[in-house]
Amino acid sequence: MSLSFTDYLAQVKGQIREISVQELREGQSDPALTIIDVREPEEHENGVIEGSELCPRGYLELRVENIQPERDKPIAILCQGGTRSALAAHSIMNLGYTDVTSVRGGMGAWSRAGYPIEQRRRLSKEDLARYSRQIILPQLGEAGQQKLLDAKVLLVGAGGLGSPTALYLAAGGVGTLGIIDNDIVDTSNLQRQVLHTEELEGTPKVESAVATLKRINSSINIKTYNERLSSANVMEIFKGYDVVVDGTDNFPTRYLINDACVMLDIPNVHGSIYHFDGQATIFNHAEGPCYRCLYPEPPPPELAPSCAEAGVLGAICGVVGTIQAVETVKLLTGIGDTLEGRLVSFDALDMSFRELKVRRDPNCLVCSPDPEITELIDYEQFCAVTF
Amino acid sequence: MAVNIKIPASLRKFVGGKDTVAVEGENVREALDGLETAHPGIKAKLCDDNGNVRRFINIYANAEDIRFLENLDTSLAEGAEVQIVPAIAGGR
Repeated sequence: MSLSFTDYLAQVKGQIREISVQELREGQSDPALTIIDVREPEEHENGVIEGSELCPRGYLELRVENIQPERDKPIAILCQGGTRSALAAHSIMNLGYTDVTSVRGGMGAWSRAGYPIEQRRRLSKEDLARYSRQIILPQLGEAGQQKLLDAKVLLVGAGGLGSPTALYLAAGGVGTLGIIDNDIVDTSNLQRQVLHTEELEGTPKVESAVATLKRINSSINIKTYNERLSSANVMEIFKGYDVVVDGTDNFPTRYLINDACVMLDIPNVHGSIYHFDGQATIFNHAEGPCYRCLYPEPPPPELAPSCAEAGVLGAICGVVGTIQAVETVKLLTGIGDTLEGRLVSFDALDMSFRELKVRRDPNCLVCSPDPEITELIDYEQFCAVTF
Repeated sequence: MAVNIKIPASLRKFVGGKDTVAVEGENVREALDGLETAHPGIKAKLCDDNGNVRRFINIYANAEDIRFLENLDTSLAEGAEVQIVPAIAGGR
């Protein structure tokens, strides 16, 4: 015997649980609840519910395991009027989900109740295609890609570390990349500074960087600063960036970056290399430590040779610079456990990665509750460097 | 206690190029003294004239910074790893 649709719907509704929009509103702040909006993309143009996952009905069974892999976690399904969501809830219960509800009245009832609606921009077709391999990652998704496109990241140094970081952040669609470097491309850079090419030897590194990055991704904004970072310009330059990536090569600039990031409350993604060793961590993020908590003082200049004096294996820069790129993406999108409070200590010779705890120093001169240093200082003098 | 001290690249020239040196010591101080006995001259790179660890060098015992433990008196178990972690600045 065949059923009419009305009978079928009544039968389905008898087998699922419905909640009101009031109940959904109350549950919205519960991080354990996954809200899946099963409407079609064009229906999202009038707005969506904050925190909801957008997955058209036709893709639901294919994607639900990526959206919520755990079968016993609560899921609320939403459509425009409450019919498609009922059918969708029934369908994923057949997949073994045990705590599924359908929102009665759907988005229409939500709007009529006057609850907040978020306008979510849709990625362009070009962006969806370009970034598809990372958008498909359930932790990132379209929302994570949008965060990257909206983000502003400043790279200090377009050298060994800055090169791989810039390549991956540009390719991955960080919407605005700032690059500060006052050096020019030299033959001896090409062994490790993979942003730069033979053709552009002798040109400023920031120009060479733009030329390379635009060939990889012409859709992002790149801002360049062909100057040396100093106490005089750092605040003006850093202001407005979401993340600063430290890929510089000297202690005065590292302390300058740290202090400015603490004063402006910007996370500082740190990487440093020497010979076959590398270090990476995140400073000044989520109540974590700053650079001075880890290293209260710089070594004297005779114990702090640069790469030019000490040498560095080119590929080491790739290892550490890409760790910085990964951590930057995690910071911007809020996924995973970022490196604050942990120092990755990398030794290429025995290929070991050690994880060391970095604690906030309660007596830190710059990030303690009652800091001694509240303004930028003379960093060359602090590091006893003579230029 | 037999413990291993992990030497960073920047200090390997003081220990004959080794990346790890095995020494005896009940605590970090004794381990560093053992390192100095085996490779005279290295302790001055790590500690100042008063015997305190220099502020641009961190010493870790089993992945914890000894500044937040008992400093040089931090005791070590058999097979413990002591890692010397200096500030390094390279990036370009």
